[in-house]
Amino acid sequence: MSIPILSLVAFLPLAGAALLLFLPRENKVLLYGIALAFTIAVFLFSLPLHFAFDGGTADPQFVERANWLGLGIEYHVGVDGISLYLVLMTTFLMPLALLASWSHIRDRIKEYLFFMLLLETGMIGVFIALNLFLFYVFWEAALIPMVFLIGMWGGRRRVYASTKFVLFTMAGSLLMLVAMFVLYAAFFKETGTHSFALADLLNLSLAPKLQTWLFLAFGLAFAVKVPMFPFHTWLPDAHVEAPTAGSVILAAVLLKMGAYGFLRFAFPLFPEAAAKFLPVLAVLAVIGIIYGGFMALVQKDVKSLVAYSSVSHMGLIMLALFAGNTAGVQGAVIHMVNHGLSTGMLFLCVGILYERAHTRLIKDFGGVSGRMPVFAAFFLVAVLSSLGLPGLNGFVGEILCLYGAFAADKLWAVLAVTTVILAAAYLLGMFRRVMHGPIANDHIRAFRDLNGREIALLVPIVVLMFWIGLHPSTFLRKMDASVAQYVSRIKGRERVFVVKPLAAPVAVEAGRATE
Amino acid sequence: MNPFWLIPFPPAVGAFVLIVAGRKLSRKAVAWLACLAAAASFVLAVISFQSLLGGASAGRPILRTLFTWIQAGEFRADLAFRFDPLSAVMVLVVTGVGLLIHVYSTGYMSRDRSFARFFAFLNLFTFAMLILVLADNLVLMFVGWEGVGLCSYLLIGFWFEKPAAAAAGQKAFIVNRIGDAGFLLGILFLFLTIGGVSFGAINEAVAGGIIAPATATLIAVLLFVGAAGKSAQIPLYVWLPDAMEGPTPVSALIHAATMVTAGVYMVARLNPLYAASPAASEVVAVVGALTAVFAATIALVQNDIKRVLAYSTISQLGYMFIGCGVGAYAAGVFHLYTHAFFKSLLFLAAGSVMHALSGELDMRKMGGLRKHLPRTYPTFLIGAVAIAGVPFLSGFFSKDAVLTAAFAQGRYFIWALGLGGAVLTAFYMFRLVFLTFHGQERLEPEVKRHLHESPGAMTVPLVILAFFSVFAGYVGLPPVVGKHAHLFDRFLEPVIKPAEGGHLGLGTEWVLIAASVAAALLGIGAAYAFFLRDPRIPRRLGEKFPGLYRLLLNKYYVDEAYDAAIVKPLVQGSARVYDKFDLAVIDGAVNGSARAAGLLGRLLSLIQSGLIKDYALAVLFGMAIFLGVLFF
Amino acid sequence: MIPAGWFLSLGLLLFVLGIIAFFVKRDLLTQFLSIEVMLGAGNLAFLALARGPAKVEAQVIVFFVMTVAAAEAAVGMAIILLVHRRRRSIKTEDLRTLKG
Repeated sequence: MSIPILSLVAFLPLAGAALLLFLPRENKVLLYGIALAFTIAVFLFSLPLHFAFDGGTADPQFVERANWLGLGIEYHVGVDGISLYLVLMTTFLMPLALLASWSHIRDRIKEYLFFMLLLETGMIGVFIALNLFLFYVFWEAALIPMVFLIGMWGGRRRVYASTKFVLFTMAGSLLMLVAMFVLYAAFFKETGTHSFALADLLNLSLAPKLQTWLFLAFGLAFAVKVPMFPFHTWLPDAHVEAPTAGSVILAAVLLKMGAYGFLRFAFPLFPEAAAKFLPVLAVLAVIGIIYGGFMALVQKDVKSLVAYSSVSHMGLIMLALFAGNTAGVQGAVIHMVNHGLSTGMLFLCVGILYERAHTRLIKDFGGVSGRMPVFAAFFLVAVLSSLGLPGLNGFVGEILCLYGAFAADKLWAVLAVTTVILAAAYLLGMFRRVMHGPIANDHIRAFRDLNGREIALLVPIVVLMFWIGLHPSTFLRKMDASVAQYVSRIKGRERVFVVKPLAAPVAVEAGRATE
Repeated sequence: MNPFWLIPFPPAVGAFVLIVAGRKLSRKAVAWLACLAAAASFVLAVISFQSLLGGASAGRPILRTLFTWIQAGEFRADLAFRFDPLSAVMVLVVTGVGLLIHVYSTGYMSRDRSFARFFAFLNLFTFAMLILVLADNLVLMFVGWEGVGLCSYLLIGFWFEKPAAAAAGQKAFIVNRIGDAGFLLGILFLFLTIGGVSFGAINEAVAGGIIAPATATLIAVLLFVGAAGKSAQIPLYVWLPDAMEGPTPVSALIHAATMVTAGVYMVARLNPLYAASPAASEVVAVVGALTAVFAATIALVQNDIKRVLAYSTISQLGYMFIGCGVGAYAAGVFHLYTHAFFKSLLFLAAGSVMHALSGELDMRKMGGLRKHLPRTYPTFLIGAVAIAGVPFLSGFFSKDAVLTAAFAQGRYFIWALGLGGAVLTAFYMFRLVFLTFHGQERLEPEVKRHLHESPGAMTVPLVILAFFSVFAGYVGLPPVVGKHAHLFDRFLEPVIKPAEGGHLGLGTEWVLIAASVAAALLGIGAAYAFFLRDPRIPRRLGEKFPGLYRLLLNKYYVDEAYDAAIVKPLVQGSARVYDKFDLAVIDGAVNGSARAAGLLGRLLSLIQSGLIKDYALAVLFGMAIFLGVLFF
Repeated sequence: MIPAGWFLSLGLLLFVLGIIAFFVKRDLLTQFLSIEVMLGAGNLAFLALARGPAKVEAQVIVFFVMTVAAAEAAVGMAIILLVHRRRRSIKTEDLRTLKG
């Protein structure tokens, strides 16, 4: 591969951000146009990642490696089957998030777009970094723009929310930084060379006690980001205060950084420690599923309802990750993308409502369907995707996650399956109170239905939802090898279960497809 | 080449077009498009059925895998369809009744604002239901299963401006989801046990004895939880009466003829699994029998014409489960098949009554409609006679088949319950007939002025359904007729093995038939005595047993009990946890630590006097100490 | 020739005077002057040492100190001027914004 495609994808937004600085701040169309053009270009450039990606190998692909600061601090990037779709989801959602901001963000547009583009570089970097130091740089680079997005363009309590967000994530990530250096030192002690490369550090054999501490440090950083119960309280605040696009990106991508961190770093680097904490983590994940669901049930603000639903969904993803079997891990990865799409779309829909009503309280709505039938259809699709209706994307992830959890421990799955009921209860309850019933007030009577821009930004998501829901193999097959390698790496302490070899005759029978 | 796998797709196309462009099409175009889509499915179904009957592989299942749908690790579910006698019956019922109801709806909904939306959902429902019955594995079946649930939600809440309708739709979906959670667990458990979910694999595994009896019981019961949700059995039946908030054609199609029978279909489809687990079958039979009687008692006193029919549906579904539970799956399916005709007929005729009475549902405000509705009345009467179990109509044969099977298996208690239910059924159905069509007119004057018989689009389907309500049962005659008995069962034999043992002598058969007939006549006679001959009897009875009457009228207070025992505690508990734990404890800890840090800072800041001299002095002392350390 | 010790003593005396003045005086301007005195004293000490072993280095340092002092004087005076303009006072007791 002669074109450094990953670097292009990662740094094109940064270039766009730099370009924005030289543009006049009054020209809204130009600013949005440039930013949108850059994000769309990034998305187009990222498409070859899917098409040229070889699903048959677990090794990172599109690798670029160069010395950066010396002493093992390298610029080393690549994608494998696990990170591929997280990158693509990021590049896919970014233009839509910008498009959604058009009528929402009216002041300091230049700074806003600057931070959005900066954020994109940070997020993509997190998913492609193969060097721990580089990973940390991107990790923080994705954090800071989000803080500004919430803190400057947020709602009434934006300062509180952004401070909380920073403190929560910083507390975790600083410990992770320390742990990285400890790891670095341990590697030096063992081999006499300096390296932050993930591939090198994976071969390290660490003392159990050290592993425990390092796992806790990494795990805390990631658990906060996911967020796992009980580190979740920053999320509703951040979501409620963030501007629409901020919420979309926060839910769709930033939360995935936590889950991805577990998958890429915490588990493979410290398998023994991870095994030791597995029961605790699984319990937290299950609590997250149920607790998030019940909390969502009683929220008064649509956004914080969706935020708590994220806690619940991410709990399921984490549970499937902890199950550690192929179905579970693939389910978790695909469900990360699903959650990004469905929750992202839910936030877009809430944003559309907010722009019309300037409120997000459920009680201020009612009967919106009567005024906005087209919107109602889209909103319903988002709700259904989120509650895992078969045929849409959510189901594919959900059933794989549940199956993975079930295969690992039946009790987990029995508890986790309550999400099926709870999600229907809180989402449809919200949908009924907002969309159904008689038209609640004169504001709503004056609502206009979606305009072309809004339809244009929702349609691609819907298409993708159906695509994943009906033909997930397009995506699942690309991650087979990577997930298999991951599963075999963390094996040993995984709950191994035996499937009776009856799958074969079934396949034959189905394959005959005869009259 | 059997085109069976194409059957679901015409309605899918119809639904897609109507959703995307329905609002731009004229009503006529919408009606034609939707009906043509349903008709295309029906034609395909008939063609497929014929090619299933003929050919060398008569009755053998035909499989078609379109592609691998979900696969990760050992989990695998294909997008695969299966066509065998059982799915053929279901497909014919769904497309046939579905088509008639599409046609009926063009009349019934003709003045509704959201005409296109209605037909879009109706087509979507047909699609999902066909996926459900054609699926070759449980996961794909689950797609249809949830898909019909979604359409049910959408159509119950079709008039979403009505809070009751919106709430009913939500309730239906959530209660169904409770069942679906069990269903999903059953699927996962099954997969984990045998490594596949296709029906072929399940049958093979059961036949090969791979599933331990205890596991089979657990799986079968979990799956039955789903069936209880979808088919409105105790304890998850509560959504179906509320579902009557939807337009009447919807009640006929979804909440009588097709969707609610999905649970029965599923149990029948997995009959080897249930046969392998006597305990699970026991659960099915007992739940079915209890529901059959329980719902029938509620139906005795309801005043809303559609609610009576709804409880009647719940009760009849109970009969189907009795059939499945005692091992006579074919009888259960037979009753499903006949019920589809006469119950949709009853609903549609009730819809016609509503249509004539400007939407009136309360039977106390009807009466004497016989002469005003010359086409609706006879068809309704035929439906009522059929469901009541009067001989020579379809309902008689199928109900008798179920009860005979229960008796033959030695389940006398269940048989007795079923027989008692049959008396009640005949009674409440004829109460309905007498109150609505006979006796004196109790119409409101405004309603009376607009009284009119329904248009042809509505009455023609009624006549067709009435025809089937009479004659559909002749494919499953009881053994007493000789060699033409049980054609239906024999047709289903490739899928459903006949129950073992329990063959009755002809004499016993005759006695059982006589008992059934007696039950029907007793119910009808009692209704006649109560509501035509001496209409004061019911009131007197109500006054004599006020507690019982109120209990029945209020449906045993089950909704209230669920609300008080489950819904309220959960919601209020969540609210309390949110306040007292999430906000107070967790967030409190976070904000508390932030405040603690702030406090420490404020404490330390007391050192700062703000006077330059103090700082300079500190520098001086510091310097002095530094020098001191350096030199001494 | 006067011995270097005298210069050093004078430097010390000036430095101590500067310190005392800094603590006794209450307005920024005089305090600023006393800092200049201290700097001068430091320079004097360096120059005295330039006679000894560190001939070149000491003189270089002196030049540096003088440059810094000049720059510092310019910036410092400007700050004081602005403070006066804003607060109408350059008394240190009045400038206690940093009080915790």
